[in-house]
Amino acid sequence: MITAGLSENARTRTDPGFPVLTAQLAPALLVVLGLFGGGLFLGALQSLGYLPSVGMRVYSLKHFNNIIADPDFLKNLGLTFYISSISTGIAAVIGVLAAMAMTGYRTTRRVVNFVFQIPLTVPHLVIATAVIFMLSPSGLASRALQAIGLIDNPSQFPLMVNDSWGVGIIITYVWKEVPFITLMVLAVLNNQGTELLEAARTLHANRWQRFRFVVMPIIFPSLGAACLIVFAYTFGAFEVPYLLGQTYPMTMPVWAYRNFSDIDLMARPEGIATGLIIAVVVAVAIVLSQVLVQIARRRGVIL
Amino acid sequence: MKIPTRYLFAGLVTVAIGLPFCQLLIWSFSDRWFYPGLLPQAWGLRAWQYIFGTAGDQIINAVFQSIAVGAATAVIALAIGFPAGRALGLYTFRGKDFISVLLTLPVIVPPLCVAMGLHLWFIRLGLTETFIGVVLVHLTFCLPYAVFVMWGVFSNYNPDFEDQARSLGATSTSVVLRVILPMTLPGIVVASLFSFLLSWSQYLATLIIGGGKITTLPVILFALMASGDRPVAAAVSIVFVVPAFLALLLSAKNLGRQSIAGVR
Repeated sequence: MITAGLSENARTRTDPGFPVLTAQLAPALLVVLGLFGGGLFLGALQSLGYLPSVGMRVYSLKHFNNIIADPDFLKNLGLTFYISSISTGIAAVIGVLAAMAMTGYRTTRRVVNFVFQIPLTVPHLVIATAVIFMLSPSGLASRALQAIGLIDNPSQFPLMVNDSWGVGIIITYVWKEVPFITLMVLAVLNNQGTELLEAARTLHANRWQRFRFVVMPIIFPSLGAACLIVFAYTFGAFEVPYLLGQTYPMTMPVWAYRNFSDIDLMARPEGIATGLIIAVVVAVAIVLSQVLVQIARRRGVIL
Repeated sequence: MKIPTRYLFAGLVTVAIGLPFCQLLIWSFSDRWFYPGLLPQAWGLRAWQYIFGTAGDQIINAVFQSIAVGAATAVIALAIGFPAGRALGLYTFRGKDFISVLLTLPVIVPPLCVAMGLHLWFIRLGLTETFIGVVLVHLTFCLPYAVFVMWGVFSNYNPDFEDQARSLGATSTSVVLRVILPMTLPGIVVASLFSFLLSWSQYLATLIIGGGKITTLPVILFALMASGDRPVAAAVSIVFVVPAFLALLLSAKNLGRQSIAGVR
């Protein structure tokens, strides 16, 4: 079997036969299907009420019903949605602006590029700690406002940690995710954008036109992918909302873990059910956004 | 005199990224820092003495525990991810798209769901509260990243060099050592770094499967945050970021083309 371009492009090579491929892929598939898939499957069994160790062997949707019928369900789901979509949105806007700024600055790019990698390596937990020290009522920001005479005491500082708007949580996520989005966007912009932008400039495209018809179409696929990853992460993450969120309502992951670790073993399947609902919501959100993009494309919207 | 905007931009970025760390450093060296002082009223080494002296065993143990879990996860992820990435990067075959979707799922589904599901099964297998159990659960979300990085490496890799070396009389050992390894080394470094950092910062999956017996640094830091001792929490936070910085510095050379974007 000879494929065109076989000698020059490694990607078009035909496979070396089933045994070799199996040997190379089997361990990875075993981990994904066995450990990851197995974990989800066993979780699903438990959330359906199958817990032989405590004598529960009847399958039912009772635990899912309990969760969905819980008056807190919609509140918690709404809060989680709000936090993830706002964090993703703000991070996307800042990330795209920063990437566009960085394409111009060739001299400082190497340094900025390196500096931007730093937040990627920093655990969320550390940044959450720093945000608490910064924005809590007695934090550094409050002290600074006191020093310039805008407030007299900590109680006048707007509540930004453990507050009902999740300000601290969102700031933590934005700080952490902006560099990720910037680097994802910057990679494609540097690869494909420079010449096209120059061409647009010689054709007297203005700032907005350059952004709308050159930058957006180039970055859209990677920006979209980056945003989906950020959304999925922020929707399912536990640490930051646990440390910086209020006790009620709470985000879905915090709720899931509360139930899972409850002394009452009967609450455990409900915790796992909540976890699975998180997974389903994230999956549906991703599929839905893909469908929307497809529809927009078919209607002729350039993205 | 007008400062060029690019320096303003670089300055803004540096301050935004540097401020949290400066603040943590100051907190870790403060003895008394009451409201409304902008700087501590008394500086001191109490926090550092505490974490390396009083609680030294616990913290140093946690550092080693974290390094061991991260390193084991990275090594296994690489050992499994390297051949898988090679198969996916070099060849076209049926079911490749399906495998790609399968590998994307653990990136999207939160580790919390998997850890909760695995917990009961791991109890049965005697893997809870063990090192291996924690490494296995970390592997579920680290492996896909390792595969994706190696996939990227191998889609720009020309295996003809291996045949050429062989036709010149190279043994399979020297093909591996002098052709494959040098050509894929940057990718190997990035893939290991990815896996290590993901494992390093994981809290909840470690807590669920490790059950408080495998006390990695995030587990300790969480407990300290609850206790409310700010200088100590700040010092532990710094201990927590230093290895990540070092890893970044050491691998900066290899990160030229591939950034570590994607590490959560």
